Amino acid sequence: MIRAFLKRVFLVDLFEGLRVTFRNQKPKYIYTEQYPAQRPKVAERYRGAPRLNLNPETGEPLCIGCNLCALACPESLIVMTSIRDEKTKRKTMNTFLFDTSRCMFCGLCEEACPSDALELTQDFELATYTREGQIWDRKMMEEGPKPTRYKC
Amino acid sequence: MPDATFLDSTELVLNMGPQHPSTHGVLRVILKLDGEKVLGTDCVIGYLHRGVEKIAENRTYVQFNPYVDRMDYVAAVSNSLGYCLAVEKLINVEAPPRAQTVRVILTELNRIASHLLWLGTHALDIGALTPVFYCFREREEILKIFENYCGARLTTHAFRIGGLQYELYEGFEQEVKAFCDMFLPKVAEYEELLTNNRIWVKRLQNIGILTAEECKQYGVTGPVLRAAGVRWDLRKAQPYCGYEKYDFLIPTRQNGDTYDRYLVRMEEMRQSVRIIRQAVEGIPDGPAIAKVPKVLKPPMGEAYVSIEAPKGELGYYIVSDGSTQPYRVRVRPPSFVNLQALDRMVRGALIADVVAVIGTLDIVLGEVDR
Repeated sequence: MIRAFLKRVFLVDLFEGLRVTFRNQKPKYIYTEQYPAQRPKVAERYRGAPRLNLNPETGEPLCIGCNLCALACPESLIVMTSIRDEKTKRKTMNTFLFDTSRCMFCGLCEEACPSDALELTQDFELATYTREGQIWDRKMMEEGPKPTRYKC
Repeated sequence: MPDATFLDSTELVLNMGPQHPSTHGVLRVILKLDGEKVLGTDCVIGYLHRGVEKIAENRTYVQFNPYVDRMDYVAAVSNSLGYCLAVEKLINVEAPPRAQTVRVILTELNRIASHLLWLGTHALDIGALTPVFYCFREREEILKIFENYCGARLTTHAFRIGGLQYELYEGFEQEVKAFCDMFLPKVAEYEELLTNNRIWVKRLQNIGILTAEECKQYGVTGPVLRAAGVRWDLRKAQPYCGYEKYDFLIPTRQNGDTYDRYLVRMEEMRQSVRIIRQAVEGIPDGPAIAKVPKVLKPPMGEAYVSIEAPKGELGYYIVSDGSTQPYRVRVRPPSFVNLQALDRMVRGALIADVVAVIGTLDIVLGEVDR
């Protein structure tokens, strides 16, 4: 009884909490990111900006124009056309439109791609000044976004 | 009693929230007040309504999977698990043991992450500024594991129908074990900060009492039900994903007030760590995904699967008409059902207690409005 009373008077419970606060004065885990100066390293499997991969040896697009990514997309935001190459008798991708403003980066298009052409990369800076800039065409898909690098 | 003739009214109607349409929790509570005392409340919901159940009718079963993450975005993995289990029941496929064990680990990690976010913001609502920083620090560790595993931190899209899409990355077990070792002392730290703190106790004890009988009447589940003394946890009552193999306790309390709900959730975090430790010890080898046809056409019929999400019972009811798209998907979200009890809990309380009670119900408005 007296013990409890003294604990109340001397604010023991509040000091117990303060002890935790002071124990954390030199924190071991710090997650603050100095963002524009230091870019965070995202995980290897990060699902970011989409990219159409090119064959590293020939520079030709890996895409075979099968349209599977467009069918897999829940938002139907991929629109592509393909033409038949008269010489090789194979289908090749002609135009490719990817609306990143509606994309939720679920990765289903990447999983549907049979030739590893479409890939969600580790680029995460997708902001643009216009709404139309969010719709990426084939050239943009192959080159990837070019975010501004600031000197800090 | 105020003078009834003064301005001809004794009741003040006050709108509480939403402050801005794009804030995270857009809930409008119309309070009827007599001075500081709450005479009644009226919840206006629907600000975040996106028609998820309707969207499902225009998507294939595989395509709808990423959308469920966006309902309870704090516990996306639990949502994904519930949906996948429901579709698996519909097509009569069971995930292989390896997938089941990994599913348990990830959902329990997500339960801890959800409770940490609840603890931080709830304490912030009451006025304790410190815990939110510590909670988000530990939550960051969990989100890092998620990012390494499936490439996204919040809306993970971690599970697929039939199992897992991604293999475990190298060092997953070590990271999870390191997290468990790091996390248990931190729970003690939060308790040290809050449990005996006189302001915390006075703001929470005997506030928003919901008895076991009332919980059952409202259909309230999860930690709110368990704090009222009902030992009901779907992981024990209807085990899924092999939960019957793990040794853990269901924490319960007797009073059913806000303070008890806090204690129940703190204990749940410890029990989750216990489950994760057992699961990560024996991840069986084998395939990560069962054989599922590329084009999913479940037979005509219906399936209901409910799981224990961090906030309560999360159920998915799917009706199939034999085509590639579900005929109807109905979600039984824990937050929506638990929110009903708000009026009963704050009637007769003071206006400051409304904030505490909304916090303790642990609602996510994305799930309430769907």
